[in-house]
Amino acid sequence: MLLEIDDVSLLYGRIQALHGISLTVAEGEIVALIGANGAGKSTTMRAISGIRPIASGRIRFEGEDISKLRADLRVRRGLCQAPEGRGIFPGMSVLENLDMGAYTRRDRAGIAQDLSRVLDLFPRLAERSKQAGGTLSGGEQQMLAVGRALMSRPKLLLLDEPSMGLAPMLIQQIFDIIKEINEQGTTILLVEQNAQQALARAHRAYVLETGRIVKSGTGAELLHDPAVKEAYLGVA
Amino acid sequence: MTTVLERVRSGREAAGERWRGAPRWVRWALLAAVIAFFYALPNREFYQYLGPIPTPGANFTQVLFTVSIYVLLAVGLNIVVGFAGLLDLGYFGFFAVGAYTVAVLTSPSSNVKTLWPWLLVVPLAIGLTMLSGVMLGTPTLRLRGDYLAIVTLGFAEMIRIAAVSSEFLKGQRGFNQIPHPPGKYADGKPFFGVLDARPYYWLVLTLIILVVIGVRNLTHSRVGRAWISIREDEDAAQLMGVPTFKFKLWAFASGAAIAGLAGALFAGKQNFVNSQNFELLNSIIILAAVIFGGSGNIVGAIVGGGLVAYMIERFRGIELFGVELYEYRFLIFGLVLVVMMIFRPEGLIPNRRRAAEFKDRRKEVIVGE
Repeated sequence: MLLEIDDVSLLYGRIQALHGISLTVAEGEIVALIGANGAGKSTTMRAISGIRPIASGRIRFEGEDISKLRADLRVRRGLCQAPEGRGIFPGMSVLENLDMGAYTRRDRAGIAQDLSRVLDLFPRLAERSKQAGGTLSGGEQQMLAVGRALMSRPKLLLLDEPSMGLAPMLIQQIFDIIKEINEQGTTILLVEQNAQQALARAHRAYVLETGRIVKSGTGAELLHDPAVKEAYLGVA
Repeated sequence: MTTVLERVRSGREAAGERWRGAPRWVRWALLAAVIAFFYALPNREFYQYLGPIPTPGANFTQVLFTVSIYVLLAVGLNIVVGFAGLLDLGYFGFFAVGAYTVAVLTSPSSNVKTLWPWLLVVPLAIGLTMLSGVMLGTPTLRLRGDYLAIVTLGFAEMIRIAAVSSEFLKGQRGFNQIPHPPGKYADGKPFFGVLDARPYYWLVLTLIILVVIGVRNLTHSRVGRAWISIREDEDAAQLMGVPTFKFKLWAFASGAAIAGLAGALFAGKQNFVNSQNFELLNSIIILAAVIFGGSGNIVGAIVGGGLVAYMIERFRGIELFGVELYEYRFLIFGLVLVVMMIFRPEGLIPNRRRAAEFKDRRKEVIVGE
């Protein structure tokens, strides 16, 4: 297993946001984490990337315990998150943002190679390479966040709501790109409110409700699960 | 209203574009001319032709020395506030640590009686100030937001109160006969004397140039990129693998080191250090100067520090309706700051990135409505 999360709990002050979550991600998979607003999806991401400390439980990456490891050291091990929403650097240009993604790397040749790969995936970013990140549209910022995370050449890419606030056509596009990234060999853990799209492309998925995992299965299974359909897919 | 504001903003941006668009040699020549001007400035033969620029109420050369110290402090604080985005309200505390280190180790009125020469103590003063920055930063920089502001405010007050009340630091009586920097003219007279402030000013000016070159190189390196990323979005910086705590501590310590240097220079010139030199107000003035000039931009910090320190002295000896303007210096200063915050919140000469960040935040506010 690339990532194993075992009985992880997390507190925001006195409020318990996660109640003993366990999940796994195997190499090469796309795993989706779906759930309503406030179910704890983004919190789970924060726990994995190390931005929030966990209260109990264990997080293992490539078999090693990283529960107590600092966030920046997790990035060095190959675990990179594209943060939710406006997590880009607004004052830096698109290229500088992408360059920050490769902060932990020293291999110039490899970085240049990954840069052209990212610009191939997102031609829009190439067009706007000199523009300040903060002046991009919502969709472009989202692409920038994903592209920047790819620049660290992660083994596991964490995507937090990549479709948030995007027009339907762009959502389609960004999910296609996610699929493509995965096919090129990057394992992906995806948090989504857009359950339809996420389940259609994920190999496996977990359903999160008020800080607990209530269901898991393959993407197709959950897509046809009556309870999931009713709660998250808007079909009665 | 908004259109006027936008027009003022875009007009300034155009000036910046013209500067960046100018050929390299023009910029170098201009820079050399500016530096030459400031080296010539403290000579009476030069400044008597400058009309209203020399201060009527105070010795102009002395004023220039004070101004240069403020500029050095502004350059240092700009690393902390402007680059790394850490709010330090007690920056003058580090200046005090530097000045007192020199005073304690060199003055005959000190209890330790080491009587070391000034030059030997300067690196010690810088090192000790840096250490105090690390000690203060280690527990507080792990936290975010306002904690640091409060702790630094407390730190500066602690230093001041220690200076006032501790027997070791001599309070109001202070330390006297602090030695001057070394150096002699050909005829054996000391270069750094008591009456002439010019050599001290030249020394500080030279150090400012060296510090600015150093800081500039630093900001164009990985360190600088890390600082900017922390300022723009600390979470995102960490998610990109930037060890944020380490770099915040670095910024804090380097800022402190520069303040320590300024303190040591001040003590070496003043010959006398006592507890009255380190009022809290000074910390606030330097912070305001950096923001006024354009936080995140080295030139902005220099202009801000210089202008603010100079204007305060310039009010000395000017009477308006029977009151001396100097008495109202902080009122005027406050008004100027308020006007600035309305018309140009990013400062006189802002950093381009910083300006974009401000725009980004304005947009966010509008969306939020």
